[in-house]
Amino acid sequence: MSGVEAKAGAAWPGETARRRSGALGDRIFRALVALAAGLVLLALGGAAAAILWGGLPAFLHFGLYFLTSTAWDPVRRDFGAMVPIYGTLVTSLIAMLSAVPISFGIAVFLTEVAPGWLRGPVGAAIELLAGIPSIIYGMWGLFVFAPFMADHVEPWLTTLLGPLPLLGALFDGPPLGIGMLTGGLILGIMVVPFISSVMRDVFLLVPLPLREAAFGLGATRWELVWRVMVPYARTALMGGVFLGLGRALGETMAVTFVLGNAHDFNLSLLMPSTSIAAAIANEFTEADSEIYRSSLIALGFLLFLITFVVLAVAKLLMARLARAEGRI
Amino acid sequence: MRRRPAPLVLRRQMINGLALGLAGFATLLGLVALIWILATIIVNGAAALGPQLFTRDTPPPGSMGGLRNALVGSAIMTGLGVLLGAPIGILAGTHLAEFGRASRFAETIRFINDILLSAPSIVTGLFVYQIVVQPSGHFSGFAGVLALALVLLPVVVRSTDETLRLVPISLREAALALGAPHWRMVLRVLYPAARTGMLTGVLLGIARISGETAPLLFTALNNQYFTFDPAQPMANMPVVIFQFALSPYEAWHALAWAGALLMTLFVLLLSVAARRLLRTGSA
Amino acid sequence: METAMSAREAAQAPPVPRIMMENLHFFYGETEALKNITLALPQCQATGMIGPSGCGKSTLLRVLNRMYDLYPGQRATGRVMMDGENIISPETDVNRLRSRIGMVFQKPTPFPMSVYENIAFGVRLHERLGRAAMDERVEWSLVRAALWDEVKDRLRGPATSLSGGQQQRLCIARSIAVRPEVILLDEPTSALDPISTLKIEELIDELKTDFTIAIVTHNMQQAARCTDQVAFFYLGELIEVGPTAQVFTTPRQRRTQEYITGRFG
Repeated sequence: MSGVEAKAGAAWPGETARRRSGALGDRIFRALVALAAGLVLLALGGAAAAILWGGLPAFLHFGLYFLTSTAWDPVRRDFGAMVPIYGTLVTSLIAMLSAVPISFGIAVFLTEVAPGWLRGPVGAAIELLAGIPSIIYGMWGLFVFAPFMADHVEPWLTTLLGPLPLLGALFDGPPLGIGMLTGGLILGIMVVPFISSVMRDVFLLVPLPLREAAFGLGATRWELVWRVMVPYARTALMGGVFLGLGRALGETMAVTFVLGNAHDFNLSLLMPSTSIAAAIANEFTEADSEIYRSSLIALGFLLFLITFVVLAVAKLLMARLARAEGRI
Repeated sequence: MRRRPAPLVLRRQMINGLALGLAGFATLLGLVALIWILATIIVNGAAALGPQLFTRDTPPPGSMGGLRNALVGSAIMTGLGVLLGAPIGILAGTHLAEFGRASRFAETIRFINDILLSAPSIVTGLFVYQIVVQPSGHFSGFAGVLALALVLLPVVVRSTDETLRLVPISLREAALALGAPHWRMVLRVLYPAARTGMLTGVLLGIARISGETAPLLFTALNNQYFTFDPAQPMANMPVVIFQFALSPYEAWHALAWAGALLMTLFVLLLSVAARRLLRTGSA
Repeated sequence: METAMSAREAAQAPPVPRIMMENLHFFYGETEALKNITLALPQCQATGMIGPSGCGKSTLLRVLNRMYDLYPGQRATGRVMMDGENIISPETDVNRLRSRIGMVFQKPTPFPMSVYENIAFGVRLHERLGRAAMDERVEWSLVRAALWDEVKDRLRGPATSLSGGQQQRLCIARSIAVRPEVILLDEPTSALDPISTLKIEELIDELKTDFTIAIVTHNMQQAARCTDQVAFFYLGELIEVGPTAQVFTTPRQRRTQEYITGRFG
């Protein structure tokens, strides 16, 4: 017990001078963590710069023609981005049209309909969908979902919608199972967990007094959702949609399997097509000329730009609700 | 039923029932998709399971074999990717949580990181191709490692940032009040206090990169042979599954299904374990 | 009680100041939270800081160990002298300062590690001790904090499994293990039950033999029971300071009287 006897008055004299300070360690630590944070910035900036650099020969060689041309001819070294861009946009649009209502339904079910004991397990199951690697979606799409579409869905769509003016052109052609419709639907399944989880979190943020006030006025549960919660959380819900869109635009493996990698421009959703990511994944290692490879990297740069803008919008939309809630 | 104008209340009740019913139907669709996909993988994968998967390497077309080289390659690249990406991610997340509460720099990083989190992974592959594969002149496991680390990074940054910010201010002040330098407070008090959440982040990151295919397609590429050397092109599960699934050979399809089952089980178990850890840890 | 206090005052007068605050001002951004404070903390005595919420008493403690350094926009002007050194000067080594001025917070703050490690953590920051010396130091501080008997068999167990009162005494042990000269207590019993509160009050009385103590409290009885002098703060100003018995029985200021008799605050 002794050895550390305290003396009243001059407590442990002379000792404090020997005590260590951590000023230098702190400076090093601060610099280290700031450097690591800087690397995050560098990862994005570096990626943008490196890809732009790689795509530059194609941009310079083809100019604006690269964006508007539907050509993709490795033999004549004539490349245009129109078909992959179109395929990317159309598959993502199909994905959104299918995923947004379903995600909304799931979010409503999980917050308003399901009894308490069911919410946890069902929510976890939906989140499992997000955990399945995208290549698994691709395999399932190729071996199971595409044949299913070819046998049970597409013939029926062609018969029913094919004769219609305008709309009919979208559903024209043989039921191959491979094509933009199948790809878009698989993308839709993939992004459902992302959108629904954002929407569910947003619904849970709606203040209790607002809910109680709605019920107090005699609103039904659905009226609460549609008339109170949706208007209240509008921007954040849109943020969730954009997040899903960003994911869909950039998804590679799931669509690579089922698009068919055809660079022909086709209006019909049932015909093989390609997307930016699928074209890169399929052709990059086989690109046999500089300009071919550069064109693929240029496609990658366009994809990067599109997703960056969409994801940035998503983030800004979601941040607005967070700020209104005072929890940034 | 007698025909008379339904009272407004009845109409509203019907819309309510219909809408909520549709919400349940939407959920059912999601669950059907999940079960359909999992059942497909399990049925096809289980049929191709066998000890040869772990003892033999990927075969040339038309013969039998296993996935040994791909499993080892994936394990090595995922492991090295975590060793590279997780420490940087933890440090960067520490910067955001500890020094970035009100700085413009940190807000920018947080924004960029959230975008990286959802950015197309194929772009990451192109990036690493440009800065590693092309200058070095060949595909390599190391290029794959870098690509995976880049995919892991934002996951770890975000989870570290979020969990560190949940540690009460009072704990920080108590450590600093003892005269602890900031770095020791972070290392010895904050990290232990936040370890569950940080570990969860790393586990979710591992789950994520274990299934990533796109960033490996033109970095690690593939290798028909067994190797421990990441300086060479390296076989890995996702790319093998990709190539075998798109091939015309039955034997390769079977291996692709078996690989898909192993990979899905690993990834799902990891993410379930991570989430469970988080729940019990915070309770 | 009163006689005991006057006896002590007589024995120790005149008190030697351990820390001397002169014309201290403190700002949260534009808001002035402490206005021109001049106050001495006498050596080996307990000084109580009382006053209604928001009067600046907790802020004062956070100035003394420079806790405000953590937050941009907070600053202090004036002089806070200790051993000829101005505590609030930018040249002061904050970590060393905090090893000399310990602090215990309102809510117990056990670190996520064992009881033993909680105490060793602070000691290791400032000294290199061998195993035996560290064991001895841990025991010494736990004994001083009146916790040894309760935890000696669970030193390796997690500190978070202790009861609230035990956790708070652990935090006191952790502070004194660093062997500071001054201990700041910021409402140390406000989150505790009456029995734990009593133990800590006895402890404060006991610690005064070695340490200079400053304690913020909302509890008038507590201030009367375990301090030698009290300082009454109101809206950032020091209204009155004097020996505890005198301030509680014959306050010189009307607002002090109103506060201690419970007419506001």
